[in-house]
Parts: sequence; structure tokens; C-alpha cells
Amino acid sequence: MIRKTLPFLALTLGAAVTAFPFFWMITAAFKTLSEATNPSLSLFPAQWQWQNFVATFQAAPFGTYFFNSFVVAFAVTAGVVLTSLMAGYAFARLDFPGRHMLFALVLATMMVPFEITLIPNFALIHKLGWYNTYPALIVPWCANAFSIFLMRQAFMGLPGDYFDAAKVDGCGHLRFLIRIAVPLVKPAMVTVGLFAFLGSYNSLIWPLVVTSEDTMRVVQVGLTVFSGAEGVRLHLLMCASTIVILPTVALYFAAQKYFLEASLGAGIKG
Amino acid sequence: MTGRDSTVRGMMGIVGGVVEGLAAFVDGCVGRLDDIFDGVRRRGLKDVLLAVFLLGPSLVVLGAFGVAPLVAAVYMSLFGGKYGVGPFVGLGNYVEALGSGAFWRSFVVTVYYAAGTIPITMALSFVVAYGLFRIVRGRGLFRTVYFLPYVTSAVAAAMVWRAILNPQFGLANYVLGQLGLAPHNWLLEPRSILYLVSDGRVPAWAGPSLALCCVILFEVWHSSGFMIVIFLAGLTAIPRELEEAARIDGASVFQVIRRIILPLLSPTLFFLAIVSAIKAFQAFNSFYALTGDGRGPVDTTQNMIVYIYSNFYEYQRWGYGTAVATLLCIAIVTLTVLQWRFVGRRVHYE
Repeated sequence: MIRKTLPFLALTLGAAVTAFPFFWMITAAFKTLSEATNPSLSLFPAQWQWQNFVATFQAAPFGTYFFNSFVVAFAVTAGVVLTSLMAGYAFARLDFPGRHMLFALVLATMMVPFEITLIPNFALIHKLGWYNTYPALIVPWCANAFSIFLMRQAFMGLPGDYFDAAKVDGCGHLRFLIRIAVPLVKPAMVTVGLFAFLGSYNSLIWPLVVTSEDTMRVVQVGLTVFSGAEGVRLHLLMCASTIVILPTVALYFAAQKYFLEASLGAGIKG
Repeated sequence: MTGRDSTVRGMMGIVGGVVEGLAAFVDGCVGRLDDIFDGVRRRGLKDVLLAVFLLGPSLVVLGAFGVAPLVAAVYMSLFGGKYGVGPFVGLGNYVEALGSGAFWRSFVVTVYYAAGTIPITMALSFVVAYGLFRIVRGRGLFRTVYFLPYVTSAVAAAMVWRAILNPQFGLANYVLGQLGLAPHNWLLEPRSILYLVSDGRVPAWAGPSLALCCVILFEVWHSSGFMIVIFLAGLTAIPRELEEAARIDGASVFQVIRRIILPLLSPTLFFLAIVSAIKAFQAFNSFYALTGDGRGPVDTTQNMIVYIYSNFYEYQRWGYGTAVATLLCIAIVTLTVLQWRFVGRRVHYE
């Protein structure tokens, strides 16, 4: 009996500790300022202050931040899915000279740490006149080696007969790719898309560096600025944190299966 | 109710029509493109043209923002002054970095951080994953909860931790007070954790500051979920019979883990060690969000990335920043190669 319940109890305790910051954040978001900053164990607010959320949106332009974040995250996701589909297919199915060398070169870019490219990329963005614009936030992230690698693996897994059969029916590479191959590699596409969305939405250092105007800020940058300016208005800060976390958590619950598979994809194939 | 239903259906119809129209349009374009490529008679050339079309966008982005800046960084690191346009100084920036106390302190912070996060996260995640592997009920629910921090933004989560660790009104000090213990300054505490636990017998500068330890703890919390999922997958792949046979022969749980499970998991362990070492050397978000500027009290949480960031963004010393970044890259590559050579050899592959 003990052997069975002890691990269960330990896991429950661990899960409670893991989830506690979220619980604390959400309840604090509904408290008054004095409740939120009053050190005590009264976990729930005396009265749920729904108007905190209105006050948060009034205190800082979170509407703009969210709009920017979504524009950027969706554009990056679309870009990554598209480029990795095309490049993955080319590496998996086309026969052209230098294919292996080019693929090795693409994989090698995975090993380049982001921070060494930070300063030159910033200089490049300035030269292009993209400072404080959407292209600066989107374009550099529209292709990455890992997604290309994942899509190539997915296309390699398709039986070659499919293509031969389609070719007999007069179907070219591109039509085969869109009509037949894409529906078959949907799980890999979702994985790539989720990674791209999450990475883009949660990124901080790049948007921090290439934007300076409030109208171009994304939520992560907006939240750090807000915390500096509003550090003492804790209940509003917790409100802001809650709404910033909400989209990714919702996405996680909606597509949990894909998320876990995605991590495994990263773990086993990476 | 029905009115709304029909509205919804009507909207769905419009959306569906638009999607179908778009699909037909894309299909038409694709067909046209295919015809154009088909018009090319020589098979080899046709594939080359298709490859250029398909690979073009990816290669332009990767080339412009992945490969070119690498070369540019090494070039920029040879120039002094602000904005990377100062006089040519050769290896001057490298000499300055290697002779600078701040550079080495940031290196030590990075090492403390890696040495703190990697073993703790791995050990904890393994224990949780093994627990999840052994229980029958509720595995999915537990996994969901443990994975949750990993999908949340480090910035938002850091705000919560900052509030809990706030010296004045935070829950952490309240709990310490209830237990009759002295409060701490947590993320504002520059003194070493060894100094604090040894009542001052160890000098205050020796060892990671309490602030850095808080960052480490945060990262353990934030990234355990990823490792748990991967460990769990590795464990599920181990044949049950091996463990059962050992248990019948009288082996204890710990013997089973040490002699059977860990050796069989060694490829997973090795992979996680490499990935988390690289990640630890590149950490920025949690440092920046937890301390407000990344540097922390008396610069005790200034890791190499934060050091690069402040030289670049606050002092505009682009040449010096890229020189430090290049040194960091050399450190990362060296570490990975060393792990590969010395640990990789002991990995057991089936």
C-alpha cells in the first residue's frame, strides 16, 4: 500500500508546487492592491476584482502589444511552415547537384548561437531601414534549419510509389506537394507551426533590441516595460501576466498531443 | 437560438467559400508553375530550377540572418569605438575582454548557472519521470501540470516569482517569518549563498549570490517539464521484462535504476546534457525579467549574454560586444566537443 501511495503523494506535492505560481498569479490578479501586497496566506481575494483587467488595459497599451504579438507570431508561423515545407520537400524529393552539401550547410546554421548574430543582425536591420517595423520582427525568423530538417524527415517517410503513381497521372512536383504530400505530413506541419508560434510569441531579446516605440512593442517587451513602470501596482502586473500567458496556455490545452510529440521530436531527432 | 445558428452557418459558408476559392486559386497557380517547369526539357535542369524555387526563400533568410552575420561578427570584433565603426584594433577587443574583471565575473556567473541548473533539473526530472512511469493512474494529468511552465512565457512567469520573492510583501518571507526564520532579500541579495548558510564563515563573494540561486531555481521550475516528457518517453521504450526479471532476482529499486535504467537511458541523458548546456550558456530571458536589467544586485547575475547585451545596447560598444560573443561561441563549441568526446564515448547505444 505504502509503495503505491507514496510516489503518488510525492507526485501530487510536486505538481502542487509546480502549479502554485500560476494559482497565486491568477488569484492576485483579482485582488485589490492592498490585498495583493499584504503578506499573508489569504489565498483568495475577498471580492473578485474583475475591473482589474479593464484597469490593466487602461494603464498600458496592452491592446497594441497583443495586436503586434499576434501579427508577428502568425506571420512567423506561416513563414516557417511555408519555407520548411518547400525546402524540406526539395531536400527530400528533388535530385540536384550539391544537395547533400547544401543540406549539411543548412544544418550547420543550427549550431550558430543566436547571440553572436545579434549585433550584426541589428546593424543589418538598421541598414535595411527596418528598425521599429514588422519586417524586422518577422523576416529573420521566417526560416530555420530545425523546421526544414523536421519537414524533410516527414517527406522522406512517404513511400516513393505515391509520387511515381501521381507522375504517371501527369502530376508535377508542386501539385503533388500540395495535393498529396501536404495532407500526409500534417502532424509534422502542426509540430513545426506550434514551435514557431511559441518561439515567436515568447521571444524577448530580439524584439527588445529592434523596437523602441510603444506602438511596435510586443507583449513580452511591453510586460517588462510595464513591470518597470508599474512595479508597485502588483495586482495589475499579475493581471497583465495572466493575459500574456493565456494564449499559449490555451494553445497548449487545445493541442497538447502535438506539443508533447513536438518535444519528443526535438528530443529524439534533434 | 435558431437565428444565431443560421447566422453562424451563413458565416461558416462565407468562410468556406473564401477558403475554397483560395484553394482553387493556389491550385491553379501551382498547376501553371508545374507546366512551366514541365516545359523544361532536360530533366536535370528541371530539378535544379525547381530546387532554386523551393529552396530560395529559406536560403535567403538563413544566409542573410544566419550565415552572413557570423562572418560580420568576426569582422566587427576587430574594430573599436562605438557602433562598430571605430578604428581598427586587431585583436584589441579580445585582449581587453580576457584582461577584464567584469568579463571573467560574467563567465563565472555563466558557469555557476550551468552547474546549478543542469544537474538539478536533470535529477529532479528523472525522479518525477520515473514516478510517473511507475504509477498507473493520472499520468496524463500530472504530465500536463508538470509541462505547463515550459509553454508559458518566461517573462510573465518571472513577474510572478518576483512578487513571491519580494522582500517587503512577498509570500516567501512571510512563510519564513511564520516559521520563525529571518527574512531574505532574495533577488536583491548580492551575497553568496554559502556566506548566508554558513553564517558568514565563507566570504560573501565566494559562490553564487542568493539572487543567482533564485534565477537558477526559477529555471529549474521553468524547464523541468521538457525534460520530464523526454525522460518519460525514454523510460517507456525500455522493455518491461528487463526490470521485472531483475526485481524477481531480488534487485532493489535503486539497483534497478543504477544498473538497468540509467545505462539504457544514457543516449537520452547525453542528449539532454548537451542541449541544456548550450541553453544554459545562452540564457537571457529569465535573467532579464527576474532582475529587471539582467545584471542583478552588484552585477552578480550578469552572465555572458547579459554582459554582451549591456555592452551592445547600453554602451554601443559593438566591436567589444561581438568579440565577447565570439569568445562565448568558442566556449560553447569547445564544451560541446568535450562532452561529445569524453561523455559521448560512455553512452550505451543498443
